[in-house]
Amino acid sequence: MRKISPWIMPALLAGTMIASTAQADSTYIKPSSTNSSGENNMVTFDAAGADHLFYLDHRPVQLNTITVTRPDGTPGTVINGLQQRFRSVFDLRLDQQGTWRIAAQQTMVTGTFMADGQERRVGGRRAPTPAAGGERQARAGEGQRAPANPGAPVRLPPVALADMPANATDVHLTEVINRTETFVTQGAPTDVAHSGKGLEFDPVTHPNAVVQGETARFRYLLDGKPAAGITVTVVADGDRYREATDALTLTTDKDGQVAITWPKAGLYWVSAQTQDKNPGEKRAELRRMITSETLEVMTP
Amino acid sequence: MRPASFVLVAGVLSAPFASSASASTVSVTLPRLALAEYKRPYVAGWIEPATGGAARSLFVWYDMKKAGNEPGTKWLADLRSWWRKSGRLMKLPANGVSGATKGPGTYAIPLPADLTPGHYVVSIEVARENGGRELVSVPVSVPAPNGRASGKSELGAVVVSPR
Repeated sequence: MRKISPWIMPALLAGTMIASTAQADSTYIKPSSTNSSGENNMVTFDAAGADHLFYLDHRPVQLNTITVTRPDGTPGTVINGLQQRFRSVFDLRLDQQGTWRIAAQQTMVTGTFMADGQERRVGGRRAPTPAAGGERQARAGEGQRAPANPGAPVRLPPVALADMPANATDVHLTEVINRTETFVTQGAPTDVAHSGKGLEFDPVTHPNAVVQGETARFRYLLDGKPAAGITVTVVADGDRYREATDALTLTTDKDGQVAITWPKAGLYWVSAQTQDKNPGEKRAELRRMITSETLEVMTP
Repeated sequence: MRPASFVLVAGVLSAPFASSASASTVSVTLPRLALAEYKRPYVAGWIEPATGGAARSLFVWYDMKKAGNEPGTKWLADLRSWWRKSGRLMKLPANGVSGATKGPGTYAIPLPADLTPGHYVVSIEVARENGGRELVSVPVSVPAPNGRASGKSELGAVVVSPR
């Protein structure tokens, strides 16, 4: 079990799981290489949410949520995409010199409301689409929680936000925006643009120039402004082979920055999260934002 | 020390990269490795201010001729430090810097004549196909750069000598 629970979304997501036993997973996009020379190099990626970094043990990142930003800012296209049980996998041909951003963003609304005297949950998995080739079929009773004791009413399955009834009261909803990204550079690095929306990773040290023994500075932006006092978690690859996650937990300074000195070369997962009261969804009370970056720290 | 110096001078004079006698040089020895399959390594050298600052490439030896789907430039990034500090910011091939790969031997490369006095680090990095990667750095002072270090596997002696 991970010591640090970066977010509790999966607990809310998994209708069949008891919240207290649900594990948080870490969303990542893992590149096969981060710095390349020459032209038209191919890079392949794994995109997954996993309990251990960077393993494949929980769920894929939905392939259709992957976005690629080319060095000139135009969108790129992934090829050879395949969504599997534990991961999505895809290739990218680098047909421009500079820094490419590969990202995925998932926005969901989760929470509870009361209707007809019963508490209902919002979010969760929607009912599986019947007859969709290759998709998992619902098991009997899926989404229903077993009664706490015999005779107690069965809890109803969660409803989609769009299906929330008009007579809902005591509405307590949280919008969760989970962003994950990684960067690969062919040739000379270029700056990474930010959108000014939500919580964003705004590197001061280029994400493809991070080196063992050196200190990297990263800035975080909230709606385009420096995000001070937010929590940043750094986890090195291979936590399945350690007794503990050994996460490094940092807090951004007044300029929204953290400084990380890399103890050794390898893949790292750097994840920040915060929440505020400015959700895009009108009926939600809170906006919880997570941004997770996969970085390759090189030898000196 | 005396015999070593003598060997070094001989190496410098016989090396194809020997330049005008007035220049400071770094001499690089690529060891002969007893291997069934040996491919000439990619090697790069650069000099950078000891307190940090822009690195300046001295040379890079790579497969300049290989073209096609996997051209020789593809593996330049395996010279990880050089690629990050200098290589990826250059246009290749670069006149006076790029060269073909070389086999075992000792090669002397001139240092830039226009270095301002101060402390520098001369670094040599080697990456070999199906082999290892090694980085050797020698701190020196200009105008009389003098220092030596040695690699353990892919690199032999690296010697910086004043003019």
